[in-house]
Amino acid sequence: MTALNLEGNRLAEDRENMHIAIVGHVDHGKSTVIGRLLADTGSLPEGKLELVREFCRRNARPFEYAFLLDALKDEQSQGITIESARCFFKTAKRNYIIIDAPGHIEFLKNMVTGASRAEAALLVIDATEGVQENSRRHGYMLSVLGIKQVAVLINKLDLVDYSREVFETVREEYRAFLEKIGIEPSCFIPVSGMRGDNIASLSEKMPWYCGSSVLEILDAFEGEKPEQDKPFRMPVQGVYKFTRDGDNRRIIAGTVEAGTLTVGDKVIFYPSGKISRVKSIEAFNQSKKDKLETGYAAGFTLAEQVFVSRGEIATLAGQLKPGVTSRIRANIFWLGREPFRKHKQYLFKLGTAKIGVTLEEVVKIIDASSLAVTSKDFLDKHDVAECILKLDQDIAFDPPDVLVQTSRFVIVDNYEIAGGGIVEEALADIHQATREKVHLRNIKWEKGYVEEEERAERYSQKPTLVLVTGKKEINRKQVAKVLEKKLFEQGKPVYFYSMGNLLYGIDADIKASVKNDKKEHFRRLAEVANIMLDAGIILIVSVIELTREDVRQLSLGINHEKIVTVWLGEEANTDVEIDLHIPETFSQDKTVATIKEYLQKKGIIFKPW
Amino acid sequence: MDHLTRLENKSIHILREAYSEFKNLCMLWSIGKDSTVLLWLARKSFFGHVPIPLVHIDTSFKIPEMIAYRDRLAIKWRLDMIYGQNLNALKEKQSFPDGNCTRLECCKLLKTEALINTLSGNWPRYRLNHDTGKYELDHNREPYSGVIVGVRSDEEGTRSKERYFSPRGKKSNWDLADQPPEFWNQYKTDFSPGTHVRIHPLLDWTELDIWEYINREKIPTVSLYYNQGDSTRYRSLGCAPCTRPVDSTAKNVAEIIEELKTGQFSRIAERSGREQDKEDGGGLETLRVDGYM
Repeated sequence: MTALNLEGNRLAEDRENMHIAIVGHVDHGKSTVIGRLLADTGSLPEGKLELVREFCRRNARPFEYAFLLDALKDEQSQGITIESARCFFKTAKRNYIIIDAPGHIEFLKNMVTGASRAEAALLVIDATEGVQENSRRHGYMLSVLGIKQVAVLINKLDLVDYSREVFETVREEYRAFLEKIGIEPSCFIPVSGMRGDNIASLSEKMPWYCGSSVLEILDAFEGEKPEQDKPFRMPVQGVYKFTRDGDNRRIIAGTVEAGTLTVGDKVIFYPSGKISRVKSIEAFNQSKKDKLETGYAAGFTLAEQVFVSRGEIATLAGQLKPGVTSRIRANIFWLGREPFRKHKQYLFKLGTAKIGVTLEEVVKIIDASSLAVTSKDFLDKHDVAECILKLDQDIAFDPPDVLVQTSRFVIVDNYEIAGGGIVEEALADIHQATREKVHLRNIKWEKGYVEEEERAERYSQKPTLVLVTGKKEINRKQVAKVLEKKLFEQGKPVYFYSMGNLLYGIDADIKASVKNDKKEHFRRLAEVANIMLDAGIILIVSVIELTREDVRQLSLGINHEKIVTVWLGEEANTDVEIDLHIPETFSQDKTVATIKEYLQKKGIIFKPW
Repeated sequence: MDHLTRLENKSIHILREAYSEFKNLCMLWSIGKDSTVLLWLARKSFFGHVPIPLVHIDTSFKIPEMIAYRDRLAIKWRLDMIYGQNLNALKEKQSFPDGNCTRLECCKLLKTEALINTLSGNWPRYRLNHDTGKYELDHNREPYSGVIVGVRSDEEGTRSKERYFSPRGKKSNWDLADQPPEFWNQYKTDFSPGTHVRIHPLLDWTELDIWEYINREKIPTVSLYYNQGDSTRYRSLGCAPCTRPVDSTAKNVAEIIEELKTGQFSRIAERSGREQDKEDGGGLETLRVDGYM
């Protein structure tokens, strides 16, 4: 379509682009409205309109603007592209990209994809049919997607003799619906897409209507504003160090979702609570900057090196803290082929974090059309519901009224994005006390002058906690000890530690109650591991029948990326996520060699054996 | 933030997502202006480095200046450069220039087939050795599971239906009718074994955006895009036998931008010089559904 619009659209440098979604019940006239907008703003290829009129005349069909869209689609094969999903037109104020989500099947999936990019929406209702199921459903989805600027076009007024009464009846019915879902529409416009009434200009056919035309209301919509004045948020996309060409910068990279960052600022990464200061702002082929603003895909280096990884959110000390939790209440819409069920593992993606999640409870399901509340134990395709989710790790997030970008998430089922949602609030979880202790420990932690990376380079290894686990009868300790010995012989700083060592040493004061306080037991193990790993050591711990919750507890104290789980013998009988499974048929030598190989492959041990 | 900066930052975000989420990632470099902008964006994303191998499908019929330019930049920017070919078809002269098949069949053999088999590792890959400046057989035959491609949605019809992260089936096929949802900056980065994901960071860019960005960033481009004195230039680059120049007096980037803005080409498709498009009534759809770029 650029080919068509180059002349006018792009002449003015840097005109504003606005994405508009158009939604509504089937056959209520979306295509006609789009066709009209394109025709009346002069956005059509020369002669196209006449061509379609001629075609209709010859085939004895009444001319419809919707045919225009079809005709334009045909032009794709000649390389000029207007396609059903995106149409472009312009007004004196700015360029518009209309996102239409065609197709009745899978409509919601396409609508969500399209509308999530939109800053405003037009919702079309046929005056002769009135409010239909999808008029309500689409309105509801707009509210779930957070699109607040909505204009309702009540279409085909020409077919009801431009009756004010019909218009007002439909308007009142739909207004009542929108009110219930918290949408306050910018306006209701009586239109005829077919005749062009009140589309590009006000029509004389409806002298009783004193509002704006569709074009006027589009121009009145406000463009997206960068969240410059909000607290600084940058989800970490990666920590880069490209040493190959002698570049020693360690750059924290990500896109700034809100706020600003200045060199010298004290940054806190959540959920880990790690703290450092900004040393420099980094960019390629750009003059040196000392301030980062919202919207930039940026990078910065730290004055003191701390271990942070993809998935954390960089924030500023002294500003509003994000929420940190592993249990949330959220509004979810489900798009998956398979239902969203309890006791099943899914992936949860928020910002750049990606962690395991399970459905704990469906609080209530809201019928998107009738708004009736029902209850079920699972979500079917197209259900919208309030749910409680339990995450495998802590996440950092903001409530939607603080910043939507860090409150929205998606759920992945079997490789596919199967649902989306908004975190409404953090719920109490059993980890709150530990989390607070760890955050305080991170704030108070006094570091020496040796950097973690220097140690890693010296020892040729990444400090890691290797958990050797398996069923009761399996000799985990023996394997762990032989592994320690092997690694040691290769010159690796490595240490074997058994749970018994913990129990009679550090746990001596609570030993009696450990059975009841497994959580505290693992909190202490995490603290031991934290010291050992900070010293650059590979710590090998044998644990009986490790569970997901145990690992969860450990990962509060040390980054979960530094934990490797090895299961020995037959199939795991716990829910733990296993990195490496060693079959029972393996000899001890083969077992140890396999673990070694794994650590090497994962880049935990650098030098070849 | 201006329009180009906004596009640039979105593309950088996508490139970094791809880099973090795909272990076996590569970027297709056709030597054309779009994939060269993409390469530049990769340098921006990774602060001057390109930690992603670049794959070029060499049909052996490319305009010679393209290959020279490719190797010059590869050495200068220290790129991990890889190329692949349909050696069999070339040996048996199964090509349009050799008169043994149609343009579309030729594209399918020398581009689509070569691409699919180079990506999957079924056919040999040749990797640039920076010490010798020569290409050597690459021992890595692992399939690429993430493939970054510089297609733009305004280029031709089917490309406008793409997602930023678009899954391809086991036979590299594209299921147009059933595409995954994509919203809120969350992309399809999980995929089942044997399939791969095509990643399109330039989807929202237009032809004019590309040239304005080349101008702003001073990105080196191949000379074929400019009028060298015979009042023609290439607007889109492909194989020599199937690519025709357009009439134009534009001698440099600024003049191309001027030309695009004045609307000289406003009713002529960008790829109008690409003969294979005309044979494919579906606007490349046939080729693309099978795995073409």
